[in-house]
Amino acid sequence: MTVVNAVLQGIFLGAFYAVLACGLSIMFGVMRVINLAHGDVAVLGAYVVFVIVQGTGMSPFVAFVVALPVMILLGYLLQLTILERSLKSGILTPLLATFGLSIVIQNLLLITFSPDVRSLGENAGAVTTSSWQVTSGLSVSTLGVVILVVAVIVFGALQLFLSRTRAGWMMRATAEDSDAAELVGIDSRGVYARATALAVAVAALGGLFLAIRSVFDPVSGPTQLIFAFEAVVIGGMGSLWGTLLGGLALGLAQTLGAHINPEYSALTGHLLFLAVLIVRYGGGRVSFGTAR
Amino acid sequence: MTLLRVEELDCRYGLLQAVRGVSFEVSPGETVALIGANGAGKSTLLRAVAGAHKPHGGRVMFDGADVTSMPAHRRVSLGIALVPEGRRLFPSLTVEENLRVAAARRGRWNVQSVLEVFPLLQPRRHMPAASLSGGEQQAVAIGRALMSNPRLLLLDEVSLGLAPIVVDAVYRSLAGIISEGTTVVLVEQDLTRALEVAGRVICMLEGRIVLEGEAASLDRDRVIGAYFGLKRPA
Amino acid sequence: MRVQRWTRTSKLFTGATLAIAVLLATVPLVFESDVVQKLTNLLILVLLAAMWNALAGYGGLLSVGQQAFIGIGAYGTVFFAGLGVSPYLAMVLATLVAGAISVPISFLALRLRAAQFAIGMWVIAEVISILVRLDQNLGAGTGISLIQLNQYAPNFRQAYTFWLALGFTVIFLSALFFLLRSPLGVSLQAIRDDEDAARSLGVRVAARKRLLFVLAGFGCGAAGVLIGANTLFIEPGSIFSVQWSAYMIFMVLVGGLGTFEGPILGAILLFWIRTTFTQGGPWYLVGLGATAALFALALPRGIWGTIEERLGLRLLPVGYRVVEVTGEKRSA
Repeated sequence: MTVVNAVLQGIFLGAFYAVLACGLSIMFGVMRVINLAHGDVAVLGAYVVFVIVQGTGMSPFVAFVVALPVMILLGYLLQLTILERSLKSGILTPLLATFGLSIVIQNLLLITFSPDVRSLGENAGAVTTSSWQVTSGLSVSTLGVVILVVAVIVFGALQLFLSRTRAGWMMRATAEDSDAAELVGIDSRGVYARATALAVAVAALGGLFLAIRSVFDPVSGPTQLIFAFEAVVIGGMGSLWGTLLGGLALGLAQTLGAHINPEYSALTGHLLFLAVLIVRYGGGRVSFGTAR
Repeated sequence: MTLLRVEELDCRYGLLQAVRGVSFEVSPGETVALIGANGAGKSTLLRAVAGAHKPHGGRVMFDGADVTSMPAHRRVSLGIALVPEGRRLFPSLTVEENLRVAAARRGRWNVQSVLEVFPLLQPRRHMPAASLSGGEQQAVAIGRALMSNPRLLLLDEVSLGLAPIVVDAVYRSLAGIISEGTTVVLVEQDLTRALEVAGRVICMLEGRIVLEGEAASLDRDRVIGAYFGLKRPA
Repeated sequence: MRVQRWTRTSKLFTGATLAIAVLLATVPLVFESDVVQKLTNLLILVLLAAMWNALAGYGGLLSVGQQAFIGIGAYGTVFFAGLGVSPYLAMVLATLVAGAISVPISFLALRLRAAQFAIGMWVIAEVISILVRLDQNLGAGTGISLIQLNQYAPNFRQAYTFWLALGFTVIFLSALFFLLRSPLGVSLQAIRDDEDAARSLGVRVAARKRLLFVLAGFGCGAAGVLIGANTLFIEPGSIFSVQWSAYMIFMVLVGGLGTFEGPILGAILLFWIRTTFTQGGPWYLVGLGATAALFALALPRGIWGTIEERLGLRLLPVGYRVVEVTGEKRSA
């Protein structure tokens, strides 16, 4: 594989990571919470789609549309039960509570579905396997392009939502100063619930893409979480477009690492992440997610 | 007929008691000035009335209804609006977005009429709130509270951090709002301004009301004495 | 007004603790080999819980990556034993290496707060895991055995391992105990309660946190050494697994975050659960996760913390009590 091919693959992989990271970024941006169960929520989404596909034989993309309301409802439930309580307690509480939730989700999936590795790539049909031969050394996978286009659309739509709609302003206002937001009539509880529902919906989309482009099993969650978090940090916490760029950077780092040695792929991503951490947050006094 | 009645209100921050057994009433159309030294409990009292601080004890009655446990955002729909200390605009939102994000109630106030009362904001309409000067931000903060067409407008230290000439402008606009009949309770450090604009004055010290009366009939020395907690010979 | 460190209860209990430690030393002489192995596991859990609590309960550092040091301890043993060092000496060396490595790591990790620190440590653990996996000499992805231990007869090996575990546990718990009783300990409380306020009072926050971090590095390394010695076969997937962090979080949250006795209680509890529900599989993990989350949300002080609060009880004297002497009048 040529370097150009590796770069292209990196961009496609990065777009996938960006979608995965988007929900994490939303929740952090609005609530200053890192949901350690985020990856598991994405995997849960993949399983919901899987169940629908198994039961009805629909294309996974169509099944996703059916799965979406279920996931959104779960998002609301998650916020109203666990996250809302944990927001009031302290910085460590949301991390601890969502870590516990992560273990619960993984093991409930294990019990329900067995540890078998699964994939929805076949069910997605031609999209998964087809590609477009540009030159003799360069082929562009259709799925990669689909994910990239969807990623750009999702981020763009979110950006428009936040900058042009009143609901979006309300979300930004609550993120910037939830106390003042309450004083002007904004129900912060409702805003948080909507943000979580949104985050879960996009996470489920990430899960769909995971299922189609690759394989998944009940314990795939933590890996997705780490990559999503790395994408958010690399791109800059609190910046939506940053998360898209961060995802792309992570994807590129991984595929270029794999280009050198297939065993290096995750490693180069981790090293990029650690380097960004040192450079950007190495000040020591800079803190995120403390004062609200 | 009272619009606001506060009964034996007790507000705490952990173990610190900020408001102790405060009771008072406000009638429709009144302008009441809440004065007192720093730490007297004035801001906490306003925040408790607005719903931003949960009282430890006592009641807040608005228009006959007990709103003590009602969250702040719902009190806005009843007609209580607080302009918080330090203005607290949403920095990345524009002036217009700051106004429009506030929950609106039907009435004479909307984006257009707010901009008419504060014409200095017109050219800044689409600029992010963080780029405004202190006086402009105060205007937006007041305007934002007005968007809900409140029956009770609470203002917390609108003169804080502003040059006197700017404060004059703010109070001129306020006079207009007051003359239209809105009930106003304002916290003000500047005694002179407070006595000028208010019909009634309440002075607080260490969480308690130590003096209350018509602004016109209160002796200035008596007010100062109460403000600082100076003991006078019997 | 008198400031008291030792109450009658705490004197009694400290004495009892020392007696228990001596008693435990006789375990391998009394019990069967598999019981000794189980109890070694219990000691490992106690050690892990105490160390995680040192970080989170006393330092406010929530690490989801201590498995890094567990793995270094285990693989370090394999490494040194492979060089020809006597196995039990290799274990001590590996523990020292784990502690030593924690120092440079601390310079990166401690600059991060909250979520960045938590996941940053996890990523560091992953990096170390990958680096180990790439090394063929260490068994790569499939794992490696500590064959050098075969030179001992099984019940001797089990006994030596148990005594090493007991030794490590006593050393690290004592280190933590004396740390908390020292002026350092009070400043740690201050850091935990309000870091910025503590810093403004001149408390050298960074140095204190580093001390805890390195102690936990040593301790988790020791635990890793013991895990390797107790199970004889290690592979990167399980020794570097975030599952260890899950166990540590459960033990400390349920036992009592920020108390000295809590983690020990949590370890005993987890040990009991694991031995009783061996057939449970994923169900018991669901229970663990749900319980940890519930405690985080509803009972943040854990079982011991809540008991301590309600009864004013302190079994081991790590704190101070203010006692009114009869006859003194309280001023207004």
